[in-house]
Amino acid sequence: MRIRRIAQKIGFSALAACMAANIIFLGGIIFFIASRGLGAISWEFLTQAPRDSMTAGGVAPALLGTFYLTLGAVVFALPLGVACAVYLTEYSPKGWIVNVLRISINNLAGVPSVVFGLFGLTVFVKYAGFGVSILSGSLTLGILALPVIISASQEALTAVPQSIREASLALGATQWETIRRVVLPAALPGILTGVILSVGRVAGETAPILFTAAAFYVKGYPDSPFSEVMALPYHIYALMTEGTHPVEQTRIAYGSSLILIALVLSVSMLAIFIRARQRKTYHA
Amino acid sequence: MHNVDYEAQMKTEGFHPSLVKGPVGVNMNSLGEADMFGAEPKISARGVNFYYGSKRALNNISIGFQPRRVTAIIGPSGCGKSTFIRLLNRMHELVPGTRLEGEILLDGLDILSPACDPAELRKRVGMVFQKPNPFPKSVFENVAYGLEVNGVTDKRLIEEKVVGSLKKAALWGEIKDRLKDSALGLSGGQQQRLCIARCLAVSPEVILFDEPCASLDPISTGKIEELILELKKDYTIVIVTHNMQQAARVSDRTAFFLMGDLIEEGRTDNIFKAPRDRRTEDYITGRFG
Repeated sequence: MRIRRIAQKIGFSALAACMAANIIFLGGIIFFIASRGLGAISWEFLTQAPRDSMTAGGVAPALLGTFYLTLGAVVFALPLGVACAVYLTEYSPKGWIVNVLRISINNLAGVPSVVFGLFGLTVFVKYAGFGVSILSGSLTLGILALPVIISASQEALTAVPQSIREASLALGATQWETIRRVVLPAALPGILTGVILSVGRVAGETAPILFTAAAFYVKGYPDSPFSEVMALPYHIYALMTEGTHPVEQTRIAYGSSLILIALVLSVSMLAIFIRARQRKTYHA
Repeated sequence: MHNVDYEAQMKTEGFHPSLVKGPVGVNMNSLGEADMFGAEPKISARGVNFYYGSKRALNNISIGFQPRRVTAIIGPSGCGKSTFIRLLNRMHELVPGTRLEGEILLDGLDILSPACDPAELRKRVGMVFQKPNPFPKSVFENVAYGLEVNGVTDKRLIEEKVVGSLKKAALWGEIKDRLKDSALGLSGGQQQRLCIARCLAVSPEVILFDEPCASLDPISTGKIEELILELKKDYTIVIVTHNMQQAARVSDRTAFFLMGDLIEEGRTDNIFKAPRDRRTEDYITGRFG
């Protein structure tokens, strides 16, 4: 008996230690960035463009650029991804083709992001002629987000009980009406989880926008989908690798990192909030 | 008493007495098939075989269901009774790899023909399932759903129908202040009556109950049974049940299924008091199943 109790104690302690390690890493990153970046943050930092060769001013254009790119990516990938997931789970005949598709989609999620960047450069920038622009960057990021959105949506759709599909069909609804009016609303919280995950990933990606959208410095603010933009992740990368004032630039880079994290977090909070409201409506 | 009941029944069904002169002279109580001389069945199966893949689940089933009657289908688990009832509104088509032979007629027309739209059919042949399955929507939206998908847009008409259906389903009194609440917050019995109301809202002609009380407590079960007896005045009702007491309480006719065969069908009192087949007797006396 005693040995079993000790074994249990050791087991629980090991689990708790792993948990603690996670929190330490996570907290460490946030503390590290906050302690170095907070000094750079000010109202001016958030609302002004960089000046004096990137050693002063703010990151407003980069912040706005990242916002546009992320928004564009979600607007592109969300309908496409959800439609694809609906087809795969609700319509397509079950069998090996669907399994191959599912595996391919999951593999797509593992493709290095710089490869997506090259793909975007070839297809959107050059072939489609969108140039280095918000549009090209958004589409590239959207493709990057697709696998995440598709697999989260598929999971959410599969989790909708078959019994309420039957209920709808038994009332004389068509399959399409059933999907649109019953299945999708019930799956929405899960789909939004996918969106949260993909927004976090998309907003922070550097490689895909490297060749498709981002510039080290653009004068003024983007005024069309075809504008080249500054973006936070690339801004951080550029500040740390280019320029001639390492000390000031590092300070701004940490400030930008903090803003980027805050941006991703606030988007996630928004999605979590929407999801919570949905759950309340749909799950008593 | 049965004689009286039978004659009244014939009258309401508009059957010409001259045609039953012969049988009337016979001892009516023992004449299990008497109802067969009655009205045209509302919905019936003729020579139905059903397969899951290569496995045969139903063998040559022929049975008719009379209007304004409750027919109970009883039998042990796996006998094909739920499989059978799902053929009557083509819900079996949701399961891939199944095959159906034979005819199923609704008012004399084959519902399996390509000309019959399953959505249209299911409006006429409603279904209440084993486990209450309300939509994760409000009480009101649950009942309004069937009307909306069937193209009703008049808000007043929808409201009227929703209230009417909830009243018919004996749920209105308990629920009239909670129309905007989520249906998932209701008790199991209330949820099942909501599902019945939802089904009534689209004005079906036949209602199929697939073990509607399987997950309910005795009090809720009693309410559903009362409701079924009330609904039979207007609808053709088929109910699959595990519970033989329930079949005896609610049904006019009973069909006994065993391993994919229809063993016996007749008036409920006859089936329970004087079954003709040895297997029916074994089942209702609890010797197996």
